[in-house]
Amino acid sequence: MFRHPFDLPLDEDSSSRLLPWIIALMVYLAALALAVAMVVDAVVGGWDQGLSGTMTVQIMPDISTSEPAEKRWAKNAKALDRTLALLRGTPGVISAESLSVEETFSLLAPWLGEGSQVDDLEIPRLVDVRVDPETGPDITTVKQRLMGIPGVLVDDHGLWLESLVKLARSVEVIALAIVFCISLAAMATVVFTTRSGITVHHGTIEVLHLIGAQDVYIARQFQFHAMVQGLRGGVVGLVLAAVTLAILGALAGGIDLPLFPALVLSPWQWGALVAMPVASSVIIMMTARITVLRSLAKMP
Amino acid sequence: MVRFENVGLRYGMGPEVLRDISFELRPGSFHFLTGPSGAGKSSLLRLIYLALRPSRGLINIFGQDVITLPRPAIQDLRLRIGVVFQDFRLVEHLSAFDNVALPLRVAGVSPSRIRSNVSELLNWVGLTNQIDFLPATLSGGQQQRVAIARAVISRPQLLLADEPTGNVDNKIAMRLIYLFDELNKMGTTVIIATHNKDLVSRFSHPVIRLEDGEASVVDQSERVYA
Repeated sequence: MFRHPFDLPLDEDSSSRLLPWIIALMVYLAALALAVAMVVDAVVGGWDQGLSGTMTVQIMPDISTSEPAEKRWAKNAKALDRTLALLRGTPGVISAESLSVEETFSLLAPWLGEGSQVDDLEIPRLVDVRVDPETGPDITTVKQRLMGIPGVLVDDHGLWLESLVKLARSVEVIALAIVFCISLAAMATVVFTTRSGITVHHGTIEVLHLIGAQDVYIARQFQFHAMVQGLRGGVVGLVLAAVTLAILGALAGGIDLPLFPALVLSPWQWGALVAMPVASSVIIMMTARITVLRSLAKMP
Repeated sequence: MVRFENVGLRYGMGPEVLRDISFELRPGSFHFLTGPSGAGKSSLLRLIYLALRPSRGLINIFGQDVITLPRPAIQDLRLRIGVVFQDFRLVEHLSAFDNVALPLRVAGVSPSRIRSNVSELLNWVGLTNQIDFLPATLSGGQQQRVAIARAVISRPQLLLADEPTGNVDNKIAMRLIYLFDELNKMGTTVIIATHNKDLVSRFSHPVIRLEDGEASVVDQSERVYA
C-alpha cells in the first residue's frame, strides 16, 4: 500500500536520471565563477583600502646638467628636506617619511638584481606620505604646495590603480555573467527534462486530470522531484568546487607577490557558495512548476 | 443534473459525429446509452465527463454551464464524476490499492481514511488478495473491477461507464449492473454505455439511443419522450 509517494514515476525517466549530474556540473562551474567574483571583489576592496590615504612623492635627480654627481646629490638632498618640511607642515598629513637610498635600491632589486654594482646610478628619492582619508589634502593641493621644489613628482597611485581596478571589475562582471548564463542553461535543461517527463507520462497525467486533479496537484509532483534532483546535483557540484578551491588556495598560498590575490574565502563567502545548491534547487523547482503549469494549460 | 441543448461535435474539420443532441437527466436517474459501433457513445460520454468541448450547443452539468467554466472549476466538477473507461486506463506502475486510492488522494483525503475506504471497497469487489498487485498481473475482469472501484471510491454524484461489461461473461456483467443499480439507489446518477441489448432489456431503466449522430431517449417500452 502507498508504495509510491507520488502518482507519477518520475524517478524512472532516463532524462531525469541525468539531471542531477548536469546540475552538479553547472553548480560546480557556477561556484567557481562565483568564487572568482568574490575573491576579485575582496582584492579590489583591499587595494582601495590599502592605497587610499597614501601618496608617493619622488624627487628626481637633475641629470640634464653637467654638474658633478656629488653636487647633484646635494641638491637632491636639499630638495628632499624642503619637501619633507612642507609636507609635515600641511594640515591633514599624518606622516611624511623619506626612504633611504638603500631602501629604494631594495625596491629595485627585483629588476636590477641583488647586490648589483649600481652605486653610481642616480635614482629618485622617495617620500611615503600618509594623509587622513577624510580631512587630508588631495593630490592637487599637495602638488601646489610642492610646486617650487625642482624635480618633484607626486603620485597618489590613482592612475595605475584605476586601470587595475577596471580590469578586476571586468573580471568580476564576467564571472557573474558566467554564473547568470549557467543559471539560464540549468533552467533550459529543466524545461527540457520536464517537458520530456510530461510527454512520457502523458497517459497518467490525463487519467489524473479526468479524475479531477488540479494542475497544481500534478505540477507539485514535478516540482518536488526537480527540487530533489537539483539538491542532489547541487551538493555534488559544491563538494567538487570546494575541493578545487582548496587545491587552488594551497597552490596560490606559495606565491608571494604583493598584488596577487590570496585565494582564501572568508566564512561569509563560503556561506554564499553553500547557499548555491539551495538557490539552484529553488530555481529548478520554480522552473519545473512554471513549465508544467504552462504545458497543462494547453491540455483539455 | 445533466442537460444537453442542441449539442454538436466534430473532430477537427471532419463531419459532425454528434448532431443536435438534446436531453436532460434528472438527479438519481439511471440510463443506458446504446447504439451501434461508431454511433458516438464514447464521444457523448467524453462530453459529459468534460474531456471534450462541443463544437456547438450548451452543456449544463450540476447546474453549471461547462462551456464557460474556468479550468480549476472544471476539475472541481470532475471530482464529482466517476468514470469507468472502456480500456480501464489503470495507472500501470501503481498497485490495485494505489489506483483505487487516486481519486481520494487527488481530493486531499487523509491517508488513514484512504486506507480504510479503499481496503473496504477492494474487499467488496473481491480483490482483497490482489490489493498490492500491479494492473499487468491482474486478469481483464480483475482490472475492470479495479477500474469500477476507482470510479466509485469517492461516491460520485454522477457515474459514467463506457462498455463496463465488454470483457466479462454474462453472469459477471449482470453482477456489475446490479452493483451500479445499488449505487443508483444510494443517489448516484448512472449512465452506462453498452451495445449489449440483452443486458439492457433485463432492466427497466430508460435508454438514450444514439444513431447516425442523433439521440433519442426511450423507456423500455420504446416510448419516445424526449
